[in-house]
Amino acid sequence: MKLNFSFPLPFLFALAIFISSCQDSQKLPILGPREAVSVKNEDGSMGVDTLYQTIPAFRFLNQDSVYITNDQFKDKIYIADFFFTSCTTICPTMHRNMKSIFEKYKDNPEVMYLSHTIDFKYDKPSVLKKYAQKLGVDGNKWQFVYGSKDSVYKLAERNYLVAVMEDTTARDGYIHQGWLVLIDKQKRIRGAYDGTDPKQVEQLTKDIPVLLAEDKK
Amino acid sequence: MRKLLISTIVFCTLLTMIYSCQSADQVKQDIYYTNGRDYYIKYCQNCHGAKGEGLGALAPPLTDTVFLKENKQKLACYIKNGMSEAITIHGQKYEGKMPDFQTLASIDIAQIIVYITNSFGNKQGMYTLEQTSTDLKNCK
Repeated sequence: MKLNFSFPLPFLFALAIFISSCQDSQKLPILGPREAVSVKNEDGSMGVDTLYQTIPAFRFLNQDSVYITNDQFKDKIYIADFFFTSCTTICPTMHRNMKSIFEKYKDNPEVMYLSHTIDFKYDKPSVLKKYAQKLGVDGNKWQFVYGSKDSVYKLAERNYLVAVMEDTTARDGYIHQGWLVLIDKQKRIRGAYDGTDPKQVEQLTKDIPVLLAEDKK
Repeated sequence: MRKLLISTIVFCTLLTMIYSCQSADQVKQDIYYTNGRDYYIKYCQNCHGAKGEGLGALAPPLTDTVFLKENKQKLACYIKNGMSEAITIHGQKYEGKMPDFQTLASIDIAQIIVYITNSFGNKQGMYTLEQTSTDLKNCK
């Protein structure tokens, strides 16, 4: 039987081009609620645009007892999470994984980290500082912040979409989710990864360059 | 000739008996080790790490064979009652508090100790339930 190669070859080429072009336009989704707003176009006509949820302005004390705001993360992408220093369940694993990412992008000034404590009673800046030092984190790339219960919990649930709560029946007094939330330079949520799952942390490590490349264009 | 044959058979039988005795102990240790690994993953790994590497200066590694050997009688107490005294591992000081695990039964603790003292570069063999019970009685 004579095989006809003329058909599959161009087909394969087309497929290869198709796949590679897909990878070029790889983009992370924009998460969270959104709404349609009417905007005025340049020529004066009305149009519709999508308004994505962004992280609102915040002001917290960091591990050096200095107030930080969104300005700290201007033109940066960052990974946010919620934890507390006396947590014995998921936090050590989350921060072990986050630290491996921290080490990987140590030399990239565009990548930052923001850990909020949910233990408003005990985790004062001095405690956070000690924790950071023990974790082996230095400098201001990774911010550990302390705020009032109201401000941190609201921000977690409404904006970062992470469930946190005080629970006197829980062993450590608090329960919370272990999401590592990836925020882009426009303060939008671009990914949420389970910080206790090595596979999802691996995915986060892969998604960071994708998000960084997006702003380069 | 016959004498030689009989003595060889007797010798071989004895050898087999001794060998199988040892492997029964080995089997028991293996069971402890495997169960201990499950408990380790559930209760210990988040702080001490999958390879017993610890976490910065927050949680000590479990690779200090000398420390584990010298404090073997205290390990059960550390797990059951937690630990708040500062310790030095590999020359690094750890002063954080380790939580207690009161809900663990003595057999669980024995299995965890068998796992830890035979992993991460440690090779200290069996640690029985009886030893665990005795050590737990002597907790300070």
